[in-house]
Amino acid sequence: MIVAKQKPIEEIIEETKGYKKILIAGCNECVTVCEAGGKREVAVLASALRMYFMNQGKDVKIDEVTLERQCDHEYLEEIRNTIDQYDAVISLACGVGVQFLAEKYMQMPILPGVDTCFMGVTEERGVWTERCQGCGQCILARTGGICPVSRCAKRLLNGPCGGSTKGNCEINKDLVCGWQLIIDRLKELDRLEDYEKLAPIKDWSTERAGGPRKVIREDVQL
Amino acid sequence: MRLQYPSNIKIVSIPCTGKVDLIHLLSSFEKGADGVYVLGCLERECRYEKGNLRARKRVEQAQKILESIGIGGERVQMYNLSSSEAPRFVRFANEMTEKIKEMGPNPIKIAMQKKAA
Repeated sequence: MIVAKQKPIEEIIEETKGYKKILIAGCNECVTVCEAGGKREVAVLASALRMYFMNQGKDVKIDEVTLERQCDHEYLEEIRNTIDQYDAVISLACGVGVQFLAEKYMQMPILPGVDTCFMGVTEERGVWTERCQGCGQCILARTGGICPVSRCAKRLLNGPCGGSTKGNCEINKDLVCGWQLIIDRLKELDRLEDYEKLAPIKDWSTERAGGPRKVIREDVQL
Repeated sequence: MRLQYPSNIKIVSIPCTGKVDLIHLLSSFEKGADGVYVLGCLERECRYEKGNLRARKRVEQAQKILESIGIGGERVQMYNLSSSEAPRFVRFANEMTEKIKEMGPNPIKIAMQKKAA
């Protein structure tokens, strides 16, 4: 999932000053799972903003909606007939949703309510960690299912650097060395000989270095 | 024991403090409550294991939000006691009442009254 964290309420207040009718739009997907922008977080932010503006003596209307997704046209269309009632929308979706909402409703200020962090997993309640950087050319088959692009700080493709100490990364002693994880997993799979195979030079043009990316599937296009 | 506690306190019964959500706490203040406290079972004695610990986390979240928006984080508190501790129940009720009296009324309530006038 895409992992996001809530912006400090002070920052949201600063961004919304001057608006009189605000819609807070949540998303039922990733940001709901990582407890940053689902229906519950929408209700909490709406309540907090209503109280803040009331306390300031300002008459600001705050409404709530939570869409199934903000990264698909059909769900964003659900607010087409109501969005004109507002001066601004705070989107609690990831950066993708915020931008797609802004693209669809060009005249409406769309403000982000979360900071989008990475693609990752829920390790335990309240702890999310990164797993994928969307490099566009998956090499997990060769690395025991553990990604050196996202798990190694230097994105090395042929083993750990000299800074790996007792299985931990040199950038942070609490960060496990991605290559240590790969070697341990290859051992478990009895495929340690794969570690000796040199990885070919990776084509980074499919990663962000090649500019904004696009996937076109003509076989499913109508 | 027939102990007395301040009459300003309104009790909302719930099956477990784990049921208390952050929005319940915030809504109370939005509707004008001067203070809210959650009375949970003793920690490590929750029948559902973590209900009272979840409640404490939510109270802490509410405190942070209320502080950020200028209402006062101290207006919401979490206390723990066992069901047989009536004197302690009264002590918490008095303690919370005193704390809220010191803080004064919820500014939202005053703002709502001003708006209605």
